[in-house]
Amino acid sequence: MLKTLAASVREYKKPALLTPVYVIFEVILDCIIPFLIAELVNRISAGAELNVILGYGGVLAVMALLSLLFGTLAAFSCSDAACGFAKNLRHDIFARIQGFSFENIDRFSTSSLVTRLTTDISNIQFAYMMIIRTAIRSPLMLVFSFVMAFIMGGNMAWIFVFVIPVLGTGLYIVSKKAMPRFRAVFKKYDNLNNSIQENIKGIRVVKSFVREDYEQNKFNNAAEDVCRDFTVAERIVAVNGPLMQFCLYAVMVFTLSFGSYMIISSSGLDLDVGQLSAMLTYSFMMLNSLMMLSMIFVMITMADESAKRVCEVLTEKNTLTNPENPVYDVKDGSIDFDGVSFKYSKTAKRNALENINLHINSGETIGIVGGTGSSKSSLIQLISRLYDATEGVVKVGGVDVRSYDLDTLRNNVAVVLQKNLLFSGTIKENLRWGDENATDEEIVEACRLACADEFVETFPQKYDTYIEQGGANVSGGQKQRLCIARALLKKPKILILDDSTSAVDTKTDAKIRAALKKYIPQTTKIIIAQRTASVEDADKIIVMDAGKIVAFGTHDELLKTNDIYREIYTSQNKAESDRKAGEANA
Amino acid sequence: MRNSSLGSSGISNGMLLKKLFKTMLGFYPVALPLTIALIVFDSVVKNIPSLFMQHVIEIIEDAGLSGTWADISARILSAVAILALMYVLSLIADFAFGQIMAVITQGTLKKLREKMFASMQKLPIKYFDTNDHGDIMSRYTNDIDTLRQMISQSIPQILMSMIGIVTLFFIMIYFSIPLTIVVLLGVILMTFFIKKIAGGSSRFFFRQQTSLGKVEGFAEELMTGQKVVKVFCHEDRSQADFDKLNNQLFEDSNRANKYANTLGPLLYNIGNILYVIVAIVGGILLIFDAPNWSIAGMSISISIVVPFLNITKAFTGNINQVSNQLNLVVMGIAGTRRIFDLIDQKPEVDNGYVTLVNAKYEKDGSVTECEERTNMWAWKHPHSADGSITYEPLKGDVRLFDVDFEYEENKPVLHNITLYAKPGQKVAFVGATGAGKTTITNLINRFYDIADGKIRYDGININKIKKDDLRRSLGIVLQDTNLFTGTVMDNIRYGRLDASDEECKAAAQLAGADDFIERLPDGYDTMLTQNGANLSQGQRQLLSIARVAVADPPVMILDEATSSIDTRTEAIVQRGMDALMVGRTVFVIAHRLSTVKNSDVIIVLDHGRIIERGSHEELLAKKGQYYQLYTGAFELE
Repeated sequence: MLKTLAASVREYKKPALLTPVYVIFEVILDCIIPFLIAELVNRISAGAELNVILGYGGVLAVMALLSLLFGTLAAFSCSDAACGFAKNLRHDIFARIQGFSFENIDRFSTSSLVTRLTTDISNIQFAYMMIIRTAIRSPLMLVFSFVMAFIMGGNMAWIFVFVIPVLGTGLYIVSKKAMPRFRAVFKKYDNLNNSIQENIKGIRVVKSFVREDYEQNKFNNAAEDVCRDFTVAERIVAVNGPLMQFCLYAVMVFTLSFGSYMIISSSGLDLDVGQLSAMLTYSFMMLNSLMMLSMIFVMITMADESAKRVCEVLTEKNTLTNPENPVYDVKDGSIDFDGVSFKYSKTAKRNALENINLHINSGETIGIVGGTGSSKSSLIQLISRLYDATEGVVKVGGVDVRSYDLDTLRNNVAVVLQKNLLFSGTIKENLRWGDENATDEEIVEACRLACADEFVETFPQKYDTYIEQGGANVSGGQKQRLCIARALLKKPKILILDDSTSAVDTKTDAKIRAALKKYIPQTTKIIIAQRTASVEDADKIIVMDAGKIVAFGTHDELLKTNDIYREIYTSQNKAESDRKAGEANA
Repeated sequence: MRNSSLGSSGISNGMLLKKLFKTMLGFYPVALPLTIALIVFDSVVKNIPSLFMQHVIEIIEDAGLSGTWADISARILSAVAILALMYVLSLIADFAFGQIMAVITQGTLKKLREKMFASMQKLPIKYFDTNDHGDIMSRYTNDIDTLRQMISQSIPQILMSMIGIVTLFFIMIYFSIPLTIVVLLGVILMTFFIKKIAGGSSRFFFRQQTSLGKVEGFAEELMTGQKVVKVFCHEDRSQADFDKLNNQLFEDSNRANKYANTLGPLLYNIGNILYVIVAIVGGILLIFDAPNWSIAGMSISISIVVPFLNITKAFTGNINQVSNQLNLVVMGIAGTRRIFDLIDQKPEVDNGYVTLVNAKYEKDGSVTECEERTNMWAWKHPHSADGSITYEPLKGDVRLFDVDFEYEENKPVLHNITLYAKPGQKVAFVGATGAGKTTITNLINRFYDIADGKIRYDGININKIKKDDLRRSLGIVLQDTNLFTGTVMDNIRYGRLDASDEECKAAAQLAGADDFIERLPDGYDTMLTQNGANLSQGQRQLLSIARVAVADPPVMILDEATSSIDTRTEAIVQRGMDALMVGRTVFVIAHRLSTVKNSDVIIVLDHGRIIERGSHEELLAKKGQYYQLYTGAFELE
């Protein structure tokens, strides 16, 4: 895991390495300062000359300024290092996701990816900053002040040999005990948040079923769960403070009583008043750095979860890769399925597609119909290699799709997905997704074919109209037409429309089909539709049921021979035929 | 659109903290004052030892270099003993404080969460329609979190440090006023830097949040459309756009962190320099044997200067502590404000008094109330005039008279809507998006209240019917299905909590959902998470139809309930629903005309007005708008 993360440090290695160096200087200075102050105090109490005092004071002021300088340098470089690291991590995760295949995309929900990109990385950034700055500072501080305590207090410093292990063990036990509690809390937090989210989104359902009390009960239980665990965890952690205080007080009492004994009995030779007060300063520094260490320990363990989640994305294996010597040319728009079976994941019990054999000639128009869940979309997604077939071979232009360069294949096989989207930006910007270098004329032309031109022209800003996120400010039918135009700009050899005109009125739908037939005759067109009207005039129609092709023929043939097709057809045209029958009877 | 007309948005920070304190005091009337007492006690006790140090050093000084341990041991040890006692007291206070505070903090958070949730559930639908859902959500997460930091950490810390500062101040002037003045001058300097740097850091932290929001928004949009990105080979461009935002975030967060990280060393070293200055001034005073003004009336001596140095350290340390907490308090107050804002929102008003009860006919033909489910319902109508109660059998007769409505002022959505749905009728609404179809149903179940006109339900003004009872009498299936985390069975049972497994399965069968449920890995026990993410939209719709079928309501509203179900399955569902709803009133909204064809009445809406009404055949014969829609001359949506 560390290796994976470390790969994202890159150009920010330098500040990350410099920070500890600055910190070392800062700590050394911070430890010398009390030493000098002790000297100064002694000089003062010994009744030193003014210039001696000022001399010491000057040296001390310079050292404080130096300590400030190194402290600031450390602050800056550690910020550079941590923020840079976070930036690279975000870049890497985003890049990784861009490389995802459809199968990879299916495995992660959008919200979980966004959380990784934001909250998780923020946690890591914070922990990283802690590690390169404080986690180095604290042990150093501990060691240096320990050494200084011996220099200053001599034998008296042995007290720390007893106190530090006591405190260290205590803090360790506390963190160790609290950690699993905190982990448990985070899980329960998820439940709680889930409950809130569901209620906000589903408030209409809650209210119309009058389930407010029921939901409140559910929520209170979840809240109680969180509260109980969190209280226990916090109570454990709350022991830290008194524990630390106890050690500090023990040292204080010891130092004061034993220290004054030493001063008196050695007549100030082994220890003097200045040293005594410096001892107390060092003991405070020492124990404080231990305390910081235990806090960092808790924080790092918390960031650990985040790191795991980030690494999960970074190490996710892309299931679709470019072949070694890819084919860069798609000959024509013919399509073949040879004994193709497909399932979405290795663990899936059922095949989504079962033994598909199919040949489509270049330039043909093919309709696909079938009920919800009959795997129509699965079938066409194999053509542009959005997924790989589990068994068998899919060919485009007579070549196995796995031999093509992925970009080449996808630029030649344009898919208008069922769940289609426009992105925030102008209409032009959105359409240029199809072809970055498309001229304005080409854009208008594509829109004419897709019958989008007629409404775009009515917008005040025409092709420069700004589309809101998800295409919220155009109607469903308009969005679909723009999506078709966007795909047309690719000038593909195969065009696949996956239920892409469901919100378009039947007249316009027919107009689009006619335009496609007339203006791009060489392009193979595959149309998935709910309405049989949308596929009636196709060269051939595929009828699918439960992952299998149950019939393949023209409209007239299928009406005669295929029950499913006939049933779909009549369910949509029943009233019409009833009415005709009624008129005939009358 | 923000909806914060009411609540705590208008009051000052001080008032808000007072309100928080009062609320917490309400939760913990004993424990809270006790904790505060503990804090005060602890912080006073903690600062007294410096007095004893001075005392001990004084004793040593007195004894001089010639004294023997035996001479003064009693005096020193007794001083140390009192000191140890102080420490023990402080430890006990510290420990008790920690334990009680953990309970108070978490308990307060839990109670506030529950209050927020309770208040949220009572809010009118309008609140949810006009407030960003993420924004409501963050009150439970981010804001509660900042509040936790504030009450468990910042406020006790600040209180403790403040008391420390005051205590130390008195101890300082007890020892020496001139030295105190030196320290105070240094403190003024520190405050100046704190203001400067804390201001800069909070400004950049704010910018960082904005940049983070942009990165989040971009990532969210792109990743939602990740498949489109792949299909168009748009990966490199997306990456470039992302990197632009990412770099901006880097710049801002780097600046914010630099400011924040510098504050520590800066204050620490100002503290150091102050320490040196006090030492020098002290030394000078000693050398020149300057007169000392102090409460104790002691002249300057080493036994004053040395403890004074430690006091200086403690004093600046306390100021450091306060400054470290300042940012957190500012954030905590903002969070508290938003939490109370939600709690104090005005709940949905309900002045209804007519309730829905199970009923049965007596032999004499009168209607009486009964406990058990009889498949017959009646409106229980108490009359305030004479104190009598009448029972009106529920028939499902819904009438709208001249109804006008607007979501926002001066933007009317419905004009003069008059319609009758007689018991047992199927009434369909047809029209483009924004024509007002869903709005009408929102008025019938009183998610919104009408501006003008009247709505009668079985002859009763719906404003007189208790909202809960009104809604219980209406089964609603919405286009956007919302399922809850739990098993498939749990989700169906949501319709009627006391339904048996068999009843749930029967409902699923009726809704045509049985088929796909049986094929799920664990059948009816399959767990659904994330709003049934593993189901298709069509399957989710079938489930939500099953859910309403188990509720078996007298009146049903189907708002695009079958829009994602293929026409074959839809026909099956429709047969089931028709069987269930025989003799009951159904409102149907559908974009697919095949869904509404067999309705008794089809109402065509355009821009909030009824433009045509009649049966399918009548409307076709009319050759008006409906005819045009049906023959495909217009597109819906």
